[in-house]
Amino acid sequence: MIPAALKYVEVDSAAAAVAALSEYGDDAKLMAGGHSLIPLMRFRLAAPAVIVDISRMGGLSDIRDAGEHISVGALARHHVVENSELLQAQAPLLAHVASKVGDPSVRHRGTLGGSMAHGDPASDLPAAVLALGGSVVLQGPDGERVVAADDFFTGFLETATAETEIITEIRIPKSSAGWSFQKFNRRAQDWAIVGVAAVLGDDPRVSLINMGPSPMRASAVEAALAGGASMAEAASLATDGTAAPTDLNGDADYRGHLARVFVERALVEAAG
Amino acid sequence: MTIMGTPRLRKEDPKLLTGEGKFVDDIHAPGELWMGMVRSPYAHAKIVSVDTAEAAAHSGVHAVYSGKDLEEMGLWIAPLPCVWPVTDDMLNPPHVPVVTEEANFVGEIVAVVLADSRYGAVDAAELVEVSYEELPAVASLDAAVTGDALAHSDLDTNKAYHWPLVPDPDALDAAFANAAHTVTGTFVQQRLIPAAMEPRGVLAVPSPHGGDITLYSSSQVPHILKVMVAATTGIPENKIRIVAPAVGGGFGAKLNINPDEILAVTLANRLGLPVRWTETRSEAAFSTHQGRGQNQTIEIAADAKGKILGVRVHLDADMGAYMRLITPGVPLLGSFLYTGVYDVPAFGFTCDGYFTNLTPTDAYRGAGRPEASYAIERAMDLLANEVGVGPDEIRRRNYLNGGEAFQDLEVASTLVFDSGHYGPNLDKALELSDYASLRAEQQRRREAGESKQLGIGLCTYVEICGLAPSRALAGLNYGAGGWEHALVRFLPTGKVEVVTGSTPHGQGHETSWSMIVADKLGVDPDDVEVLHSDTAISPLGLDTYGSRSLSVGGVAISMACDKVVEKARLIAAHQLEANPDDLEFSGGVFRVKGTPTAELPIQGIAYEAFTAHNLPDGMEPNLQEQMTFDPPNFAFPFGTHVAVVEVDEDTGGVTLVGYTAVDDCGPQVNPLIVEGQVHGGIVQGVAQALWEEAVYDEAGNCKNPSFLDYLVPSSMEVPSMVLDSTETPSTSNPLGVKGVGEAGTIGSAAAVINAVCDALSPYGVTDIEMPATPQKIWRKIQDAKGGEA
Ligand SMILES: Cc1cc2nc3c(=O)[nH]c(=O)nc-3n(C[C@H](O)[C@H](O)[C@H](O)COP(=O)(O)OP(=O)(O)OC[C@H]3O[C@@H](n4cnc5c(N)ncnc54)[C@H](O)[C@@H]3O)c2cc1C
Repeated sequence: MIPAALKYVEVDSAAAAVAALSEYGDDAKLMAGGHSLIPLMRFRLAAPAVIVDISRMGGLSDIRDAGEHISVGALARHHVVENSELLQAQAPLLAHVASKVGDPSVRHRGTLGGSMAHGDPASDLPAAVLALGGSVVLQGPDGERVVAADDFFTGFLETATAETEIITEIRIPKSSAGWSFQKFNRRAQDWAIVGVAAVLGDDPRVSLINMGPSPMRASAVEAALAGGASMAEAASLATDGTAAPTDLNGDADYRGHLARVFVERALVEAAG
Repeated sequence: MTIMGTPRLRKEDPKLLTGEGKFVDDIHAPGELWMGMVRSPYAHAKIVSVDTAEAAAHSGVHAVYSGKDLEEMGLWIAPLPCVWPVTDDMLNPPHVPVVTEEANFVGEIVAVVLADSRYGAVDAAELVEVSYEELPAVASLDAAVTGDALAHSDLDTNKAYHWPLVPDPDALDAAFANAAHTVTGTFVQQRLIPAAMEPRGVLAVPSPHGGDITLYSSSQVPHILKVMVAATTGIPENKIRIVAPAVGGGFGAKLNINPDEILAVTLANRLGLPVRWTETRSEAAFSTHQGRGQNQTIEIAADAKGKILGVRVHLDADMGAYMRLITPGVPLLGSFLYTGVYDVPAFGFTCDGYFTNLTPTDAYRGAGRPEASYAIERAMDLLANEVGVGPDEIRRRNYLNGGEAFQDLEVASTLVFDSGHYGPNLDKALELSDYASLRAEQQRRREAGESKQLGIGLCTYVEICGLAPSRALAGLNYGAGGWEHALVRFLPTGKVEVVTGSTPHGQGHETSWSMIVADKLGVDPDDVEVLHSDTAISPLGLDTYGSRSLSVGGVAISMACDKVVEKARLIAAHQLEANPDDLEFSGGVFRVKGTPTAELPIQGIAYEAFTAHNLPDGMEPNLQEQMTFDPPNFAFPFGTHVAVVEVDEDTGGVTLVGYTAVDDCGPQVNPLIVEGQVHGGIVQGVAQALWEEAVYDEAGNCKNPSFLDYLVPSSMEVPSMVLDSTETPSTSNPLGVKGVGEAGTIGSAAAVINAVCDALSPYGVTDIEMPATPQKIWRKIQDAKGGEA
């Protein structure tokens, strides 16, 4: 639990972060809240030669009303997301999910951008962004691009973010649809063994936590709902296209069962 | 008693809560070197070669030593000690701080780096090239008992010892032959990682002149450590000083003599430089001993009414790779308690200790007694089912002395219980928990077919603490005594210093000891300073473990205070020109009976004793007395715990929704501290029942050595508890006190698992292995439903 030697660089703007990433190449890692990165470094599962600290730079932690959507700065900490009146009113699912991440000290350090960039299939916030149909704004040497959350998570701890890009913003469409978040774990501060986020409305969206290599949508459930299936019928399809892991908290079969139970509970709650 | 018995905030807390506590890791010595440990990645492997060259060349590295290097340097004269050879023929393979030939568990130290920084030491340790030849590993207790692999290549068996306690074999056989009912429980006590809040650490500082050495260690046993460092290293005992500064919890895991302690002392001594090390959280899972690790079989024979005729117990106990300080004795500490609070005419207990290629086990909160109370209390529920009566009724039918009060009662295991009064204790717990309403609510949910079912579990435990009568320990082959030492000293200004041999590591001794002294001497508790945990200040002691501090060390203080009062009385009588017998002492003042004006405060007498201007002929100056108390018997606290769980049948998720505990530890010195101990103790037992387990793969690697998936519960997982007590004084000491540090843990695991089984009883489930994870519970339900879903 003692990290390897590293060079520490602090930057004060997204442009400077991009410049640092361009300079140091794949030896470098951005650090936001550090709450996913530092544990990996302490176990020496990651040993970046250069740490580019973006956590104290200004401008990237605001939460703004941008008309169609809410713009959440990548550096917004979970507790800020949790307590944002704007999000509570316009995208309550995201604020609620932020309140269920880890414990208070984790929520005071971790950032939404870091959580998206890390792309951990067991993490909560990516599931919420997926269910809300959000998108991610990336800034790189060639300027800015916007990637839909649906296209953002590409594999285990892999995302569409290029080596020289920084996430600057997460866009969350305003939503007044019924929603639900279900997180099943053994201790309050733990990661989900299985979790479900659902947003109903015209185009129902359901996402799953810890049911595959990356944060994912339950496409079969969504399609069944769109086709008029009952909630129970739709929920019975929760494991279609999933590849749940086996670990000390449960094997893949059990996770599959939990996914069906919690998708159904989520649909019932969101509809209620 | 005016101060004793009243809740009082802890003196220790402001310092600890404001970050002023000085732990080993906060203490530094100029020129100190950090140790970095090279640890075996294999559970069992021959060490072919150790190449230290690259590590030695790393910047900031002072030296790198393999086990062979250290052996040649002759740094120790004996292996790490085991002081409890439970049988004469017990196997005890030598355990040296750094292995030379064969690594026997993952994490065993193979080489040591000394560097000028912690980072440098860890980096260089990664550069040491060790070539191993992997050997078959004994990666579980089951494998040790039934498998072919040997944990130690040079032994021809994994069985370390066989220990029987069968006072009357014929009577036992007859009990089972005549039984109307017999039940058998087979239970697994999983391995637990003690996980004290502060990991262990050491700093050894040699003095340049005089050849003496100070070892700062996060130890709960500095006095025992001092003797053992001398015995292991050959450094004269009077050249060794051990300091245990603020110690952040121990739970038994800091009750050992560790490789790092011996390495730090011997290397510092040899090099003339301070040497330090602090374990990381994950390192602690390998390098500090673990708890539990037993397979239990318990059988009860009973008559038609469920009255017990006999209890027969067999344990297989996982020693791990080596015998640590008291490893082999831990299961035996529980052996006498497998008959619980019950009147058991015939009893038999046997234990086989086995070596595995896993981290050694040793004492962990309760040490043998949580295992015992778990087995008997789970088995009593099996018996209740078998006989067809409630868990409360089966207990009542079997209580010692019919549940009535008793003193000094010999039980089946041949021990004499100091005192007990079990009936009213159970009544109180049932009433406080509103047991009848709980049962009604359970019935309602069952009938309504709700998905969240209620389970109610009882545990009526008894435990043994107050270690110990030294002679009783001799009978068990234990290598030390069980007394405790105290010294009480009045300073010239009337303030009091107390020197205690009990070494606190979170229990609040400073507060409790001041309260005893305050009552005894009639001074303010804030005028009492308690000195401890440094062998230069407190040279005599046997430290803190086994819930012994108050009932041995606290009593010693009380008795030393009595001696102080007696000496002060002679001085007062001399100066007041009265007969000592005519003096009464209260509120810190001696008064001549019937002459209210003739009085002397004890704090003034302290000054008189200091100047020695006017003392009785032949009396020594100063007002200070000491006492070493060796109790005539153990103490046997008891209590009733009621756990209420909610089981979600759809997910297998279990939530502890209610907990009531009525403990009886005799008179309480500080009820606030008792409450804290009971709280923490209960949570530690609940943790075994629901969350914690050191899980190993087939190669002997611990799969969950960090807090990511070793699930220590937090306050979020535990409901607000209802705590109360009954008070049955002990006959083992003049204060009548019993211990309470482990009681919570001893009562709670069985209560919780009894509750989980109770919730699942409509499915015919009678047992579930700890920890009762959601997946296990869900599988039980699926199996009962015939495997659908
Ligand atoms: C004890 C504990 C419990 C936790 N429990 C939960 C939980 O229950 N649920 C949950 O969802 N999460 C949990 N987390 C994770 C937590 O939410 C993390 O904070 C989050 O996953 C990562 O955010 P961060 O800002 O800390 O990212 P960092 O750790 O700083 O970075 C993570 C990765 O993202 C990259 N990165 C960071 N910011 C950017 C950016 N703006 N642009 C591009 N790349 C970037 C980094 O280079 C790194 O690769 C827990 C963490 C801990 C330590």
